Amino acid sequence: MAAPVSGGGRLCRLAWRRRAGALHSGAQPAALGREPGKVAAAQSGVAPWRAVVGLEVHAQISSNSKIFSGSQVQFTAPPNSLVSFFDASLPGTLPVLNRRCVEAAVMTGLALSCSINKKSLFDRKHYFYADLPAGYQITQQRLPIAVNGNLSYTLCVGAKQSQMVTKNVRIKQIQLEQDSGKSLHNDARSQTFIDLNRAGVGLMEVVMEPDMCCGEEAAAAVRELQLILQTLGSSQAIMAEGQLRVDANVSVHHPGESYGVRTEVKNINSLRFLARAVDYEIQRQIEELENGGTILNETRAFDYKLGCTIPMRDKEGKQDYRFMPEPNLPPLILYDAKSLPANIDDQQVVNIDWIQERLPDLPSVKRVRLVEQYGILPEHSFTLLNEDGLMELFEDVVRETQMNPKKVIGWVISELLGHLKQYDLTVKESPVNSLSLADLLNLLERGVISSSAAKQVLEELWKGEGKTPLQIVKEKRLELIQNQRELDQICQAVMEGHQEEL
Amino acid sequence: MWALRGGRCLRAAWSWGGSRLARGATGGRQIDQNPEWQLEEQKPLPQKKVTMELLDHLERLALVDFRNWEGVERLEKAIQFADQLHEVNTEGIEPMDSVLENRCLYLRGDNITEGNCTKELLQNASQTAEEYFEAPPGNIPLPKLEERESFLQDSN
Repeated sequence: MAAPVSGGGRLCRLAWRRRAGALHSGAQPAALGREPGKVAAAQSGVAPWRAVVGLEVHAQISSNSKIFSGSQVQFTAPPNSLVSFFDASLPGTLPVLNRRCVEAAVMTGLALSCSINKKSLFDRKHYFYADLPAGYQITQQRLPIAVNGNLSYTLCVGAKQSQMVTKNVRIKQIQLEQDSGKSLHNDARSQTFIDLNRAGVGLMEVVMEPDMCCGEEAAAAVRELQLILQTLGSSQAIMAEGQLRVDANVSVHHPGESYGVRTEVKNINSLRFLARAVDYEIQRQIEELENGGTILNETRAFDYKLGCTIPMRDKEGKQDYRFMPEPNLPPLILYDAKSLPANIDDQQVVNIDWIQERLPDLPSVKRVRLVEQYGILPEHSFTLLNEDGLMELFEDVVRETQMNPKKVIGWVISELLGHLKQYDLTVKESPVNSLSLADLLNLLERGVISSSAAKQVLEELWKGEGKTPLQIVKEKRLELIQNQRELDQICQAVMEGHQEEL
Repeated sequence: MWALRGGRCLRAAWSWGGSRLARGATGGRQIDQNPEWQLEEQKPLPQKKVTMELLDHLERLALVDFRNWEGVERLEKAIQFADQLHEVNTEGIEPMDSVLENRCLYLRGDNITEGNCTKELLQNASQTAEEYFEAPPGNIPLPKLEERESFLQDSN
């Protein structure tokens, strides 16, 4: 059984070179370590660059109500209908912390191997923007709820994307904070509309240290974090719905020198755009520096249509957030089995050990189990967990069929998943369910049909007409001929028909 | 007679409330009779100068308008006054940011208890459009220091 190769740890060995004229042609930038053939010969005299990428990921906490008020959390709703007086910052309102948000943050911290701070503090971060009615955001800047963790993620490398490399990124901290409202701009009429439904929704901000070196690593790390959050249930982490937002901090430097000036790239709402935005920004910085320019410490937005980053209008100059302690919230105290006070209401206690015992199996653990239990390859188990619902389907099929799991996995990944991708469907939307597939594989295993016939049956099943595999086999007369005399007769007929060749 | 009875009730209520107040959290008198630290004699306070860049920065951040030199002087005097705090030796002492720091932070159950008051919220706003609040577009940045006409203009 092949074990995943441990990668370069914190130091990224990937070196970058500028690709001549490639930046605006839309082509992929050249990363020297991976595809040496693509490096422009003219640039061979210049010293290589190293890029560092740090991420700040905001994950919306999956809860019924908001973090400091009792209004509902829901993605679509009539504008300003899920807003309480506190969310609208009306005078005389006070924040009350939601227990579920604390539990979600503790779960996430434990899953990322962080130390949970038994005492954490809330602060105010001040800035003016129309979607922040209070003029400040309640966050945890001084002492967040969890610090010093680690996230392991896997990269598929090699010619056929078949070799798996494990990488690590350190988690600096996880903090609880409020989300802001949504502003909708009508630039034509110079109007901005504010919807506060999202204002006050609980967020976990996961700050990753700059241990990544390119867009692919950043995307892989965020994908693993997304899977972990979804497994824990602390966040549904659907990027398309804005439940997972990523800001990337990118800088470049020559190996051996100190880190360069970094820029922040915002407005990235999919994993693919994250990889592209980071790679573009790295290339842009390299080009700028090689042309003798300087990098400004600024905030840039990713324009996905043009595939480039552009400076953001409103974020010129350094922001001074004037952090101050939140006077309306005392420190948040968490307990463990040892420090649990005797007579206190259960509702008022968050017990770290209790949560630790109830943590579900994380994706990395599930992958190892699949490899050990079924004898499949690591890259297969990676694919099984990467598609929502595919692992469950695979295990269901294995349970219902006599076929060896190592053969089943081929059918599940190449045939079933291949079809799903072709028709752009999720596993849940699959017209072929685990029982049908198991029936089909049983027919194949018993020698009733051949492998190519089975593929034909799958095509028929895909139409979703409700027929069972056996029915289709009978209809299309795809059974393997078992009768020896019948076979002899057919061979005889063929030979007689082709006397010339013989 | 009513007044008498009323007065006695009132006095009783006050003294009951009052004695509770005096007992307070520590259960005794609040004022320490033997302080460790004494205020030194009044020294002349060091002057505090505020630069133009700082003023511009403050005006941008907090959207205040200092208006004229009198306002700036008042700011400088305020800083001077607050600087007296530096006289106190706070080495090795954890800063306190709230008298609530030993209170229990109440944790609310995750239930939906509020919302659905769109009309009430919108009636406070001056500009609305179809249940949205209307705001001026983006953050309009203050013009740079050199370009501003009315920075500390009215000096009388």
